[in-house]
Amino acid sequence: MDIQTLTYLFVGGSFALYIGIAIWSRAGSTKDFYVAGGGVSPVANGAATAADWMSAASFISMAGIIAYAGYDASVYLMGWTGGYVLLAMLLAPYLRKFGKFTVPDFIGDRYYSNVARTVAVICVIFVSFTYVAGQMRGTGIVFARFLEVNVNTGVVIGMAIVFFYAVLGGMKGITYTQVAQYCVLIFAFLVPAVFLSIMMTGHVLPQTGFGATVLDAAGNDSGVYLLNKLDQVVTDLGFTAYTDGSKSTIDVFFIAAALMCGTAGLPHVIVRFFTVPRVKDARISAGWALFFIALLYTSAPAVGAFARLNLIDTVHQTQYEELPEWFYNWENSGLIGWMDKNGDGAVQMSAGAPFEGKPTFAGSRDEAQGSYGEHVLTNAPTDNDAEVYIDRDIIVLANPEIGNLPAWVIALVAAGGVAAALSTAAGLLLVISSAISHDLLKKTLKPDITEKQELLAARGAAVVAICIAGYFGINPPGFVAQVVAFAFGLAAASFFPVILMGIFYKRMNKEGAIAGMLTGLAFTFSYIVYFKFISPELNTAEHWLLGVSPEGIGTVGMLLNFIVAFAVSRVTAAPPEHIQHIVEDIRVPRGAGVAVAH
Amino acid sequence: MKEENARAYWAANLRLILTYLAVWFAVSYGCGILLVDELNQIQFFGFKLGFWFAQQGAIYVFLVLIVMYAHSMNKLDRKFDVHED
Repeated sequence: MDIQTLTYLFVGGSFALYIGIAIWSRAGSTKDFYVAGGGVSPVANGAATAADWMSAASFISMAGIIAYAGYDASVYLMGWTGGYVLLAMLLAPYLRKFGKFTVPDFIGDRYYSNVARTVAVICVIFVSFTYVAGQMRGTGIVFARFLEVNVNTGVVIGMAIVFFYAVLGGMKGITYTQVAQYCVLIFAFLVPAVFLSIMMTGHVLPQTGFGATVLDAAGNDSGVYLLNKLDQVVTDLGFTAYTDGSKSTIDVFFIAAALMCGTAGLPHVIVRFFTVPRVKDARISAGWALFFIALLYTSAPAVGAFARLNLIDTVHQTQYEELPEWFYNWENSGLIGWMDKNGDGAVQMSAGAPFEGKPTFAGSRDEAQGSYGEHVLTNAPTDNDAEVYIDRDIIVLANPEIGNLPAWVIALVAAGGVAAALSTAAGLLLVISSAISHDLLKKTLKPDITEKQELLAARGAAVVAICIAGYFGINPPGFVAQVVAFAFGLAAASFFPVILMGIFYKRMNKEGAIAGMLTGLAFTFSYIVYFKFISPELNTAEHWLLGVSPEGIGTVGMLLNFIVAFAVSRVTAAPPEHIQHIVEDIRVPRGAGVAVAH
Repeated sequence: MKEENARAYWAANLRLILTYLAVWFAVSYGCGILLVDELNQIQFFGFKLGFWFAQQGAIYVFLVLIVMYAHSMNKLDRKFDVHED
């Protein structure tokens, strides 16, 4: 069977599975819809959290980013896993004991204020929408590359699938499809990683192959450690050593902190811990989630290093005509471009961009063929020795081809990419719809609606959210790549501090919480907007506050939130008696079951 | 449940959290970021040690920390008689 047929089979098969699960797990009540009835086992919740958390970006882009950035990419690895320690110890068990449906629910009740609830709802919607637009786009791109449909058709197919199981099944449907999606995506990521590790080092586990010695072409041990060889090869080409960083220590520190606290504060992650039956399940469930995530996150840096070395070995100083097939295929997709600056017919790699921007071609392949058969570029060349542009996103997608793996592995990777994008999109859409139907409608605007009406409103809100997300997927705002900093920075600067203080500082009152949240938000928002949109030309280390980049500024916003909230709470009245009792109550596990009833 | 018991339980919980978070900070921000250059002088199998912490070790330690915390808390819940079921 050819790759095309296999891909249709794998992706189609996985879709049938998701829809089957959705029909089996329809939501009958608001509790089913918002928190899957509260009866999900900690292991299943861990797998669902992992799928929810690992987006198209984790699956497709992360290994590529690591391959190019080396040590500098460590902030993503530590930042996106370290947050689970904070969740397990500081947030998840207490929020589970509190036993409501959403994050604004907690903030509104704990701070006895609908203003606080509304601020939280706005943050939830903003954070989740910026995130979900990227997911829809990711689905479209995977469809376009592997199934050769138009990106927009891909987005619409993705919308239809998510529509089906999110609207029908709510959290219950999403949870069990996410478990299935986790299995698909982790299998799809690990199979090529293991193959690659065996090929390059003879180790089955990529995690140990990463620190092993390289095999030579004949399969004999060369005695040279992979990472030492990689450091050597990249410094010879003029790059910074792979295992050394080029970012300042303070910036790395702040980015890691923003990602960790942002992870712990992201509503679609927190809400997953409302679905387990007991407080003790919430604690260990964070452990399961991290275990499932770590399977991918500890393999990704190995894949990155293997791919970088492999790529340089294969491409650098090779005559264009003698390159492997995949090089031409990805050149056709516009993700690789070669400009023979020195006219020797061989591809040279070197530090720096080979030309301005992404590859743009002079015409179709047949019309615009260079003297060695390459697709001629119209980009303006730069004055360095680099000749080849290789998009970071192809590292994972092209790995099976680069490693000469069987066709079914390529089909599997396609199904994995779609699973990663859909699972994250569904989780986010659910958070948006519950923020609207539960926090805004039921808790603020129309408290007298029945449960049936609320469930209908939740489904309606999910439909609207999917359509808006689809619109952004088809007409992506130019800033999708920039907004990731937004989502984490804002979550770190708003939710994380107020939830934390709500649990650990009994004296925190509504004045303090609202002032802190608004300060953190306003500061982080304006800093990012200033450097990303208003004056992008000033976005360099010497203009940053304390040398902290917009990616790491959420940490500063978070500290400001803590300071302002604390100061304001000291000069205003203590929270009422019954609120202090709520805080005492959420600190002890017993009685979690009863608290669920509204 | 007595108020004193609740207070003692909470204090014990806070001590556990602070201990585990100290380790959490040490492996990620300490070994992986602040001390990375010093640790990179040490070879650990085929890795420079600081680099290994940043891309592998910290994640393994995070996982161990959560499992240990969940386990310690289960014991603490029973000891102070605040466990579920």
